[in-house]
Amino acid sequence: MIEGFAGFTALYIFMLAAFTGYEVISRVPVILHTPLMSGSNFVHGIVLVGAMVALGHADSTLEKSIGFIGVVLATGNAVGGYFVTERMLDMFKSSKREAKSA
Amino acid sequence: MIQGALENALAQTNDNLSQTEPDWLQTKDNLPLLEEVVSTYTAETETKAIPAALGETSGFNNNDLLMLTESMPKLAEVPKFSEVTQVAHTMPHEPPMTSWQSLFIESFYFLAAVLFILGLKKMCSPVTARGGILWAGVGMILATLATFLYPTDNLGWIILAIMIGALPSWWFAKRVAMADMPQMIALYNGMGGGAAASIAAVELVKGTTLGLTVQTLAVLGALIGSISFSGSIIAFAKLQGLMKKSVIFSKQQVLNLVLFVITVALGTIIIIQGSEATTVLIISFFAIALLFGVLMTLPIGGADMPVVISLFNALTGLAVSFEGFVLGNAAMIIAGTVVGAAGTLLTQLMAKAMNRPLTNVLFSGFGAKGGQEAAAGDDVEGSLKPIDATDAAIMMAYGEQVIIVPGYGMAVAQAQHKIWELTKALTDRGVRVKFAIHPVAGRMPGHMNVLLAEAGVPYDMIFDLEEINEEFEQTDVALVIGANDVVNPVARTNPDSPIYGMPILNADKSRNVVVIKRGRGTGFSGIENYLFYADNTRLLYGDGQKMAAELLQALKSL
Repeated sequence: MIEGFAGFTALYIFMLAAFTGYEVISRVPVILHTPLMSGSNFVHGIVLVGAMVALGHADSTLEKSIGFIGVVLATGNAVGGYFVTERMLDMFKSSKREAKSA
Repeated sequence: MIQGALENALAQTNDNLSQTEPDWLQTKDNLPLLEEVVSTYTAETETKAIPAALGETSGFNNNDLLMLTESMPKLAEVPKFSEVTQVAHTMPHEPPMTSWQSLFIESFYFLAAVLFILGLKKMCSPVTARGGILWAGVGMILATLATFLYPTDNLGWIILAIMIGALPSWWFAKRVAMADMPQMIALYNGMGGGAAASIAAVELVKGTTLGLTVQTLAVLGALIGSISFSGSIIAFAKLQGLMKKSVIFSKQQVLNLVLFVITVALGTIIIIQGSEATTVLIISFFAIALLFGVLMTLPIGGADMPVVISLFNALTGLAVSFEGFVLGNAAMIIAGTVVGAAGTLLTQLMAKAMNRPLTNVLFSGFGAKGGQEAAAGDDVEGSLKPIDATDAAIMMAYGEQVIIVPGYGMAVAQAQHKIWELTKALTDRGVRVKFAIHPVAGRMPGHMNVLLAEAGVPYDMIFDLEEINEEFEQTDVALVIGANDVVNPVARTNPDSPIYGMPILNADKSRNVVVIKRGRGTGFSGIENYLFYADNTRLLYGDGQKMAAELLQALKSL
């Protein structure tokens, strides 16, 4: 029973997260599409956590090498994704705010 | 003596089974021994031979034998090796750690998941977007720090790998020009896909028994991640200009299909064989999946790249989510799935804006078809009428409203700063200036907005297709700079055209159209643009940035 429930809990998480993703994005203005794509690209950089766990319990040289590459790639995804998004969003300002600061 | 040994064995087994935090590695090591003891004794008890035999050979007294016989049923209750290992393997990645470590890690992952979703939500409005990425960034740092709590022997390697990955990506992300952002997103996205595939590779090579469902998810994640990795690299190379032409050859679709079927077949074998799958088989699976990613992306033209990058972004999210199931990592499942869903929606929006089903983008050589079309049906009426910068400047200066339609050409020419100066000069003269952005202008949706924002154009001067299309009729001058297909009236008029039905900006309906254009060639898709031949259209030939500067100069000398 418990095992079946645990399996379904995972399925529920998947289903709810999918709806969340769909809903969160659905009202985004076109001007933010590229930054948002970049932002979601950063968010899946969470793969770094998994890559760290995978390299963490790797034993053989082959496993360690693959795990090492995985962590390098995942870090690139997270770090690169963050700074690219930040730079893009830094540039968004409205004419009102600009007038205020001027 | 024997009784003591058995009681010890029983006690140990019970201990191992009843521990709330099972030290499963150690249990596993003890199990073969335990099973041997159990099976030997239970098997022989059934024949009732053992107590007697023991009594004869070792001189045990009857008491001992009685105890031994009594303990036999208890031993039978001890789970068999296979049963115990199955229990242990349902949580193969629960390394030995204290409960507070586990609690700490899980709560940080939970916090990270919340921050990711809130961050994405904030990124949906220009006012809060800047804070959104910060929140998501904090979530990422929390999750990463918490992960260091997992006990590991490879800590040095992990830190080294993070340093190697972080420094170049940080350096390039800080320095790359805004116009080149799409390919950077493609590159970083591909790296994420590669990382997801690597996780699967480590688990598969390790040969951990994962169970059918989880093994399937691991292989699926590996397949999707690999395709996203190699495909994104090709997308990057194309946008970066490292690969100029779309590679199209005959029977390409057939070859791709065959490769895909082989990959799926190998993946299925890996799933069925489970922990028995050989390293060679696993490596071939990854090699062919990577090759498929390359070949799938090669024929897709640059104009379709935004859709493809968005698709790969969604795929990477999905792969991350699947590997999250493999590692039992909720943060990965949630973040990956949210991105997968959001990316899918974004891909749909883009494909819809181009009026082309996704399958069409992926499986047809767009450029080739369009080129034939243009070559075949040249029934364009009218002629190309040039104009010089001074006349164009006068036209705009004495108008009431000017709408600027930028396209990828503006990005290539790096003309956005000059365009903004021109806009300011026009506004100072009392001309109302607006920017009209087509959803797929540039190489990604919103690409133009980013470029204009870089130049300093406030976002409330920038309008979507639906918001502004009605206004062209009341506009004196539509200034088209570097845009082509998105203003081609053929999309409204000619059902034979490959872009027929695509929503376009109705620049042709404004009183005058000025098109800044480098030469007489057709645009990216190779389709002849009827707008350029229209009666109210004038062409200003030259480099985008240079022409914008000339317009500005002419305007100032008026």
